[in-house]
Amino acid sequence: MTAPLAIDGPAAPPRSNGELVFAEPWESRAFGMAVSLHDAGAFEWSQFQAALIARIAAWEKGHAEGECWNYYQHWLGALEDVLAADGTVFADEVTARAGELAARPAGYDHRDDEEHGHGHGHGH
Amino acid sequence: MSTTEPTARIPASLRTEALEQLLTERGLVDPAVMDKFIANYETNVGPLNGAKVVAKAWTDPEYKKRLLDDGTAAIKELGFAGPQGEHIVVVENTPTTHNVTVCTLCSCYPWPVLGLPPSWYKDPAYRARVVKEPRKVLSEMGLDLADDVEIIVRDSSSEVRWLVLPERPAGTENLSEEELVPLITRDALVGVAKVQAP
Repeated sequence: MTAPLAIDGPAAPPRSNGELVFAEPWESRAFGMAVSLHDAGAFEWSQFQAALIARIAAWEKGHAEGECWNYYQHWLGALEDVLAADGTVFADEVTARAGELAARPAGYDHRDDEEHGHGHGHGH
Repeated sequence: MSTTEPTARIPASLRTEALEQLLTERGLVDPAVMDKFIANYETNVGPLNGAKVVAKAWTDPEYKKRLLDDGTAAIKELGFAGPQGEHIVVVENTPTTHNVTVCTLCSCYPWPVLGLPPSWYKDPAYRARVVKEPRKVLSEMGLDLADDVEIIVRDSSSEVRWLVLPERPAGTENLSEEELVPLITRDALVGVAKVQAP
């Protein structure tokens, strides 16, 4: 996802003083999803921002012992919250699909679970 | 299943992949479009844009005036615009006033001129502490300011994104706009460092 480019010098990618923008590929996908959904008019950025603030505030208020801070985890959670709030994608669906992916990592084109429409309610 | 912690049980990488699949199947995202957005922020949009803005302001008094009057418009003159750049306010650092930026609630940041924020900017410690004890935090980050320098902490609101116009360092009077650009670092544009002469 990140090509090995020069870090220093005027031709270096202007990322951020040598620090990679995304620590892991999934972070870039979570970022890309939110930005392209917003660009396509799926939600106002202020909606996403409010959800992100809520997620971060909830984590800072209390989290499982030993659970490390991961910014993009909250970013992803906020995106899920926004999508669930308007019925676009529900958390249960994501959980079910992720479970399939975990069981069959190679089955990228597999789709046999089309049920949805339940289990929303983790609002803001 | 918990409804408040849907991300807790499954690795975020898998959840992300699952979500992308679902959205793609429903025609709501196009992975190729996502790729373009991601690549743009990984390689094109970053602090170099902000450095160009500052170098121009240092060498063109009229531009500097426009930049301080209406940051978004002046930044757009150089072709930098886009998400998180709708309302950029530029604040000038002087020998007696030092501005430093933060987003206490999340991670608001002027993407068009700085790219995506570094991890420390998003970190709970920076976000909480720079407001309470800015002088100490700046010192820990390597910027020691004299006691008589006033520090103003600029907290992003839902609208405003801040960009710091750092002081032009002494000894750079003979440098051209192009020669100044590489001196200007992201940290100086956030306000946690000063620009150093070469």
